[in-house]
Amino acid sequence: MAETSTHVAKVLDARRLSCPLPVLKLAKTMKEMEVGAVLEMHATDPGSRPDVEAWCRSTGNELVAQSENEGVFVFQIRRSK
Amino acid sequence: MGESETPGKLALVAWSDDLDKAWPVLILATTGVAAGMDVSIFFTFWGLRLLQRNDKRMTGKNWMQKMLSIFNRGGADNLKLHKLNFAGMGPWMMHKLAKEHGVASPQELLELAREAGVRLVPCQMTMDLMGISREDMIDGIEQPAGAMSAILEMQEAKATLFI
Repeated sequence: MAETSTHVAKVLDARRLSCPLPVLKLAKTMKEMEVGAVLEMHATDPGSRPDVEAWCRSTGNELVAQSENEGVFVFQIRRSK
Repeated sequence: MGESETPGKLALVAWSDDLDKAWPVLILATTGVAAGMDVSIFFTFWGLRLLQRNDKRMTGKNWMQKMLSIFNRGGADNLKLHKLNFAGMGPWMMHKLAKEHGVASPQELLELAREAGVRLVPCQMTMDLMGISREDMIDGIEQPAGAMSAILEMQEAKATLFI
């Protein structure tokens, strides 16, 4: 996915947490976000890659971008509703 | 991303109080609510021990039920491994590894589940069988229910698991 200058409203640090905590934190934090706002999440659990995608598919939120930087997975997720 | 499907209901049955079975039950339950599902767990047979207070050492009304509680004290903090228990060494190592790897403990997950609105349903028949009263169990759980309530949950659910 191309790097775009998405405005990130909030950053969630989920590094060093294992399943299911990154997704639980993501869900909790997303509830506090405005609809349309983008959350950036940092995680080190390789399982968070498929799991964040699955969570977005299940909940209908939009995975705007994802990348990896030195073992840290970075996700940008927009609250859809 | 495509249109989301309706999250729906997830009906879990916790039958076992083995650490290595109860843990995934609570992981799936908390993740289910995080995905917007309506999640219920029906705690039956040994699984009921999960809802027992950690500080409640002794349960049971007669000597047989009390004997049971001596060998199996209950509480999410006191679970044993199905395999490799080694008189408590196994669970101790599991908890230590879990801490090092940022994995939440069953007790933490149980609290998260309760906060997030997972419906925790104790089996009335098991309560009677083992002599476990409402006061022996943690707060914030549902009214005790029976097999038919569990069946209804499963009928309405998109996914059901018996663990």
